[in-house]
Amino acid sequence: MNGTEGVDGGWPLFEVFVRGKRGLNHVHVGSLRAADARMALTHARDLYTRRNEGVSIWVVRSADVTASAPDERDPFFAPSGDKVYRHPTFYEIPDDVPHI
Amino acid sequence: MATEADERELRAHFEETVAADRRVEPRDWMPEAYRATLVRQIAQHAHSEIIGMQPEGDWITRAPSLRRKAILWAKVQDEAGHGLYLYGAAETLGADRDDLTRRLLEGRQKYSSIFNYPAATFADVGVIGWLVDGAAICNQVPLCRSSYGPYARAMVRVCKEESFHQRQGYELLWTMARGTAAQREMVQDAVDRWWWPSLMMFGPPDAASPNSRRSMAWRIKRHSNDELRQRFVDMTVPQADRLGVTLPDPELRWNEERGHHDFGTPDFAELARVIGGDGPCNAERVARRTAAHEDGAWVREAAVAHAQRRARRTDDSGVAR
Ligand SMILES: [Fe+2]
Ligand SMILES: [Fe+2]
Repeated sequence: MNGTEGVDGGWPLFEVFVRGKRGLNHVHVGSLRAADARMALTHARDLYTRRNEGVSIWVVRSADVTASAPDERDPFFAPSGDKVYRHPTFYEIPDDVPHI
Repeated sequence: MATEADERELRAHFEETVAADRRVEPRDWMPEAYRATLVRQIAQHAHSEIIGMQPEGDWITRAPSLRRKAILWAKVQDEAGHGLYLYGAAETLGADRDDLTRRLLEGRQKYSSIFNYPAATFADVGVIGWLVDGAAICNQVPLCRSSYGPYARAMVRVCKEESFHQRQGYELLWTMARGTAAQREMVQDAVDRWWWPSLMMFGPPDAASPNSRRSMAWRIKRHSNDELRQRFVDMTVPQADRLGVTLPDPELRWNEERGHHDFGTPDFAELARVIGGDGPCNAERVARRTAAHEDGAWVREAAVAHAQRRARRTDDSGVAR
């Protein structure tokens, strides 16, 4: 994703998200260029769902995506790094307590 | 501006990511040479898919039955899709689509040498699916584990689709091989013409492929050219036997000791010539791609004008009227 709008007044870049089947989230599958969102949808259908890979498609202009900094070591994610008590394994409970 | 110490740390982190077989993602720091190598390789790969539509595309209207037409149409459409997945992957590295197209048309970026050979008869359609897509599969399966995430993910998608390509080709040949003597002759003739160019698809021998060691260290590539070529020969020989065709190589034989087939050396001088522009169809392929691009200009412009007009009519709620 890099907000490039293309030179020579080319078509903008869109990111494509496909829901594989009911009950699943939309998942990012790639990008494509199209003149507008409506065309991006039909192109996404032809490009990413030629073999029944999806039941629903979202497209969004790449330029409209706001993303966190790339590196997982980034301090952005630090707040969750030291909170072990958010995980069930943090708690010690006798082995003979059932269903917990 | 990153300081020198910053850059050292970023580079160390990059090397560690690659060495641990984790994926590099678009906005991660990466060495400029890694980025440039990937852009070149992915662009060349994308161009190959797009130019690769031409030899078979010629046969869509002439395929002998509606079934074969529909199959070939779907196959060629897949190749267009492969090109687009790959252009998308190249764009995550900061390459620009229009610029890549321009480089192809101006001959500043290459595509696979194999598509500069003509598809002379309908048997060629079968042989292209069997051997050319077969060789492409050999090359591409390991790329599903390439260190650059978007490239690897595009290759997963491509590889899923390629197996239909190879099977439809083999099935076509299988059908012809059980037809008339003339049809069997056509099959053998097509195999004779495509066998060596298919082996050249793996590139020059390892000793003459200096960049490939670095690509392997960066895990962009996972196997050497010669390893992949050997793998392809070993896979293909039994398929050829079953089909009843002869692969045109007098040196081809099973080597018990190595557990592999020995085979002759492709004419790498021919490969260099074809890559250099002097193949049977180079000029024709690029001219056709250029014409398609130029003839399509009004469609691209009209689509932009239409999109702009629609955007002007859109009200505040964002709903187009
Ligand atoms: Fe392909
Ligand atoms: Fe293919």
